[in-house]
Amino acid sequence: MMDKAKLLQELLEKEKSGTLKAKDRLAIPAQDIPEQDAEARRRNVSEVALGYTEEQARIEALRCLQCRNTPCVEGCPVRIRIREFIGAVAAGDYRQALAIIKENSLLPAVCGRVCPQEVQCQEKCTVGRSLKDVSQAVSIGRLERFVADWAGSHNGSPQDAHRESGIPAVAPPTGMKVAIIGSGPGGIVAAADTRRAGHEVTVFEAFHKPGGVMVYGIPEFRLPKAIVRQEIETLRKMGVKIVTNFIVGRTRTIEQLMKEDGFEAVYIGVGAGLPSFMNIEGESLVGVYSANEYLTRANLMKAYQFGAGADTPIARSKKVAVVGGGNVAMDSARTAVRLGAEKVYLIYRRTEKEMPARVEEVHHAQQEGVEFHLLQNPKRIIGDANGSVTAIECLRYELGEPDASGRRRPVAIPGSEFQIEVDTVIIAIGNLSNPLIRQTTPGLEFNKWGNIVVDENCRTSMAGVFAGGDIVLGAATVILAMGQGRIAAAAMNEYLARKQGSRSE
Amino acid sequence: MFWAEVEAPLIAQARRPGQFIILSIDSDGSERIPLTIAGVHSERGTIELIWQRVGKTTAELARLQAGDAIANIAGPLGEPTHIERFGTVVCVGGGIGNAPLLPIATALKQVGNRVVSILGARDKSRLILEDRFAEVSDELIVCTDDGSYARKALVTEPLQEVCQRDPKPNQAFVIGPTPMMKFCCQVTRRFDVPTQVSLNTIMVDGTGMCGGCRVEVDGAAKFVCVDGPEFDGHKVNFDLMIKRLNAYKKQEQQAYDQYRQHRCQIGL
Ligand SMILES: Cc1cc2nc3c(=O)[nH]c(=O)nc-3n(C[C@H](O)[C@H](O)[C@H](O)COP(=O)(O)OP(=O)(O)OC[C@H]3O[C@@H](n4cnc5c(N)ncnc54)[C@H](O)[C@@H]3O)c2cc1C
Ligand code: SF4
Ligand code: FES
Repeated sequence: MMDKAKLLQELLEKEKSGTLKAKDRLAIPAQDIPEQDAEARRRNVSEVALGYTEEQARIEALRCLQCRNTPCVEGCPVRIRIREFIGAVAAGDYRQALAIIKENSLLPAVCGRVCPQEVQCQEKCTVGRSLKDVSQAVSIGRLERFVADWAGSHNGSPQDAHRESGIPAVAPPTGMKVAIIGSGPGGIVAAADTRRAGHEVTVFEAFHKPGGVMVYGIPEFRLPKAIVRQEIETLRKMGVKIVTNFIVGRTRTIEQLMKEDGFEAVYIGVGAGLPSFMNIEGESLVGVYSANEYLTRANLMKAYQFGAGADTPIARSKKVAVVGGGNVAMDSARTAVRLGAEKVYLIYRRTEKEMPARVEEVHHAQQEGVEFHLLQNPKRIIGDANGSVTAIECLRYELGEPDASGRRRPVAIPGSEFQIEVDTVIIAIGNLSNPLIRQTTPGLEFNKWGNIVVDENCRTSMAGVFAGGDIVLGAATVILAMGQGRIAAAAMNEYLARKQGSRSE
Repeated sequence: MFWAEVEAPLIAQARRPGQFIILSIDSDGSERIPLTIAGVHSERGTIELIWQRVGKTTAELARLQAGDAIANIAGPLGEPTHIERFGTVVCVGGGIGNAPLLPIATALKQVGNRVVSILGARDKSRLILEDRFAEVSDELIVCTDDGSYARKALVTEPLQEVCQRDPKPNQAFVIGPTPMMKFCCQVTRRFDVPTQVSLNTIMVDGTGMCGGCRVEVDGAAKFVCVDGPEFDGHKVNFDLMIKRLNAYKKQEQQAYDQYRQHRCQIGL
């Protein structure tokens, strides 16, 4: 393998002399991200992907063709100016790169790690298209992560690179109070953006730790919690008040917050938060978990340290079946591996191609020894006299006609039942919306799936109440939640400015 | 049995009978456990908690001194008890279950029910809140399993007698250990007396997010923390619930043993 520093040197010289042509760029090898060894990481919860070195990042950035039409930006839900930030990385100006990303995205260290780039920006990338392989596209996500991590280690905090303190500037106080309900990615962005406009902002979080799914769902080995903590710390330093153990709807209702406590605008970002079960026989047996419960015990409550500093127990499983094919399923399966399971089976009723999980996570799961059982789906769960799981009975499926989503519909093959011996079953087939806000907020409009209805500015049916993220979109993604948090904040700032204006008249 | 009055003004203000809280003693590594709100002092902004030392967290809680802080308390959780004027109501409490039952009995009395309370405990030392039940009950029957105090009987015995009366009670409320609630429901079912039970399952978040607290009610899965904690006792699958409650017995015992051993070693 050619020395990276030397390769970079050569490429930079060629670029400088104007001889680095598109075909030369296309010939640069795509840079793999260094990873922890698959065997070693089965036994720890440290991050799997280790991040690019500076040389790797710049070489990868030089693969970018600097397309005039920037198709990648079309694929990005928040329209990051990708070409420009990658150009800055190639030039070694990471500060500038960060500033460009930050124009559109507040949490690059998170998004660089968890966005499904292969169906967003990277899917559209000309390099991947030319090489007829989306895995050969410019690794935009890894570059984003590199820039954010670089800032994290050079600035104390990956915040606005223009300011030495790393803390975004806050406008003079407006004297108006904003309540943000839920501290997931949407809530964090909405809080930052409304605070920047000078409002007095309070984030209410039901759990004892802020961060939403980023702390209780997505595992440490994929998203180190230190990153989320740092983002929350930045909010605090900006003067945002964060109140944990506060369940809106129970501790106080939205109506009380607005009528009695003086909050003039509210953002609802409470996430999906209601686990779907399959409604099959045996789902209440001991050893059957929702992915939410399994991951919360493992991540938030640190059950992997049970008896060594953590008091929350989790099943000590030998054979685990995980049902589902999304990120949540992969995270559950890989967590089970790390908790010491000997066999982890992932049962999914379609094929690998239809899996909604990020490709990288699918590969990581396979490398870590998770066995995929595709075109299969559970029919019932079987238990012993103590009510503990002993096996899961599945049916085989085949793919039929495409359904409304364009994916081919899986059809059960009659009489194909078979059993797999397991002691734990984790149901990871998705989340519905938690009904608490609906039950306690008369006047707020929901659709038939229990999601809050909003307009294009994230305004709900109630004046002064805005919403975004999974409670609006259904279980979606971090970047879409962030995007809505930003849109909502802009609408809230405008709403409050108008309110203030009409008051001073 | 331990008792504490805890400053939690927002919870004290919002809480209604039948609701509970979830607490953890510190933020890193500590377990989250549900405890019912046994009482409230609105003027002081405090709530009353009563618990039994059964594992590491309840033991740690028992060691706190007046003035100490509990890092996290969230609530009030669960649906409040449906209180109405039923007529004659029989309230059956077992052991620690007397604590959550008291505010319910009090509220039932306040709206004009005739309240017959039956309190049971394993022995005299484990009987709690007798005096306070005396204040809110029209009739109070106390029994202990071993006869060390009052009548020697399980609560199902006086419950059956009360149900045999003419007219029979219009409604029953039963809170206590799960097997006790199961057997009480068998009695009231025989006499066709509608019965509310308050379930105390294992919980994690308490907001409906995890499903760990689910029980089978009338064949369907229900979440105790949001759909409950009270359910129609005649429809609850108690046998399955008891099995689920035991899911972590071994590990909980291990945590508690480690904790006690550790304290012995450092001479506490
Ligand atoms: C295991 C798992 C893995 C995932 N992996 C990925 C991935 O790789 N990439 C990706 O893009 N997305 C992923 N997602 C989805 C992504 O995490 C969510 O789409 C995103 O977090 C939604 O953000 P949100 O702002 O809606 O709030 P959430 O992150 O859902 O947070 C909502 C917060 O509100 C709090 N809350 C709820 N009700 C109340 C209340 N009544 N009062 C106060 N607070 C309340 C909750 O406790 C929570 O902290 C994953 C999700 C899960 C569960
Ligand atoms: S599409 Fe790919 S090559 Fe073109 S500007 Fe975007 S990242 Fe660069
Ligand atoms: S405790 Fe998690 S849903 Fe009830």
